[in-house]
Amino acid sequence: MFATILLIVVSAVLSQNFILVKFLGICPFLGVSKRTSSSLSMGAAVTLVMLIATLVTYPLYTYVMVPLGIEYLEIIFFIFIIAALVQMLEKAIQKFFPPLYKTMGIYLPLITTNCAILGVAELVLVNELSNVIAGVEAGIAMNLGFALLYALFAGIGFTLAMVLMGGVRERTEKLNVAKCMKGFPITMVAASFMAMAFYVFTLV
Amino acid sequence: MNKYAKITMDGLVNNNATFKLVLGTCATLGMSATALGGLGMGLSVTIVLLLSNVIISLLRKVIPSTVRIPAFVVIIATLVTLLRMFLYKFLPDLYDTMGVFLPLIVVNCLILGRAEAFSSKQPVLDSAIDGVASGLGFTLALTVMGIIRELLGSGSFFGIKLWDFTIGFFTNSAGAFFVYGICIALFVFITNRVELCLNAKHMQALRVPKEPLPDVTETAQKEEA
Repeated sequence: MFATILLIVVSAVLSQNFILVKFLGICPFLGVSKRTSSSLSMGAAVTLVMLIATLVTYPLYTYVMVPLGIEYLEIIFFIFIIAALVQMLEKAIQKFFPPLYKTMGIYLPLITTNCAILGVAELVLVNELSNVIAGVEAGIAMNLGFALLYALFAGIGFTLAMVLMGGVRERTEKLNVAKCMKGFPITMVAASFMAMAFYVFTLV
Repeated sequence: MNKYAKITMDGLVNNNATFKLVLGTCATLGMSATALGGLGMGLSVTIVLLLSNVIISLLRKVIPSTVRIPAFVVIIATLVTLLRMFLYKFLPDLYDTMGVFLPLIVVNCLILGRAEAFSSKQPVLDSAIDGVASGLGFTLALTVMGIIRELLGSGSFFGIKLWDFTIGFFTNSAGAFFVYGICIALFVFITNRVELCLNAKHMQALRVPKEPLPDVTETAQKEEA
């Protein structure tokens, strides 16, 4: 049991990192990672929404949509739930935690169209845990607890990659590179080296 | 006719979704490991984009502007659901390759971006052409990246084995970022050069010759002769 949980944590944060290995949530990775502080706020916002979205979508799918036989509506349902959740969360944070809203608020509306949120909601819809996380012994059934654990640590992995990228970009902005490499291309090449580092974890 | 040519050129080159606007990056990085995967993803996006552009353009006077984004999302999500059913039934191989990236077409910024920027304001035919052109620009970019990565990473071309020499770097995630970055840089470099050449030619045509103009009487005499 403990080994399974450890495997989920390591897999979600490092070896199956959402940004650098699975390519989910690249838009904020390129768009909002100009500074470490903004990366951290964005990462925290994404982690929070990911956790709440999974908490709502997974039971909805398993206990409502599957018994009713309407699995084919999952995309439409999920995107609406995520959009509504983000709106509610924004209002709630604005009302109850004004200082938090100041640092995180502007990133919340951007999260609706973040692939990582819909991605994690879709990825956890499997029967066995080994379908999501390679290396887990077959036969362990997926449940809400594992789904939430996976969502939480996928979010932390996302934040880790964002913060690292923020630090790298603070430097690459000042570099004197060829004109056509300025902006996105040099960021991509930097991301490539980071992905190489994370690739090592998949070999373990 | 000129207007349609301009829309097409904008979609394919000037506002190329992948290399110029850097939209839909998740799908680009995730599906460009093979040329066929890139082509399949690109064509799927093109179909969804064409249909969503046409439908949104037809409904542009009906949808109130305050709720336009949710309305667009419902239309796109419905189309993606239909596409998913179609692929599951008729192209199961492609369905398996695309995996989680198939439902994620819903949140592809390119589709929502074109809906918001173009088809919610323009007539149906323009929107349809814009959809096809932007979609094909995306497809072309993904296929080019797929060809490069497949050729270097697994030594094959559209699934046909060419040689045994392979560089594993290009098939894994690091190679995806690297190839994407280099492709954007090359695209910017080439388009800048072409623009420079075109501008130079344009300036040449307009430029006043350096030597003084021939005498008025001389030209008049020549014309008479």
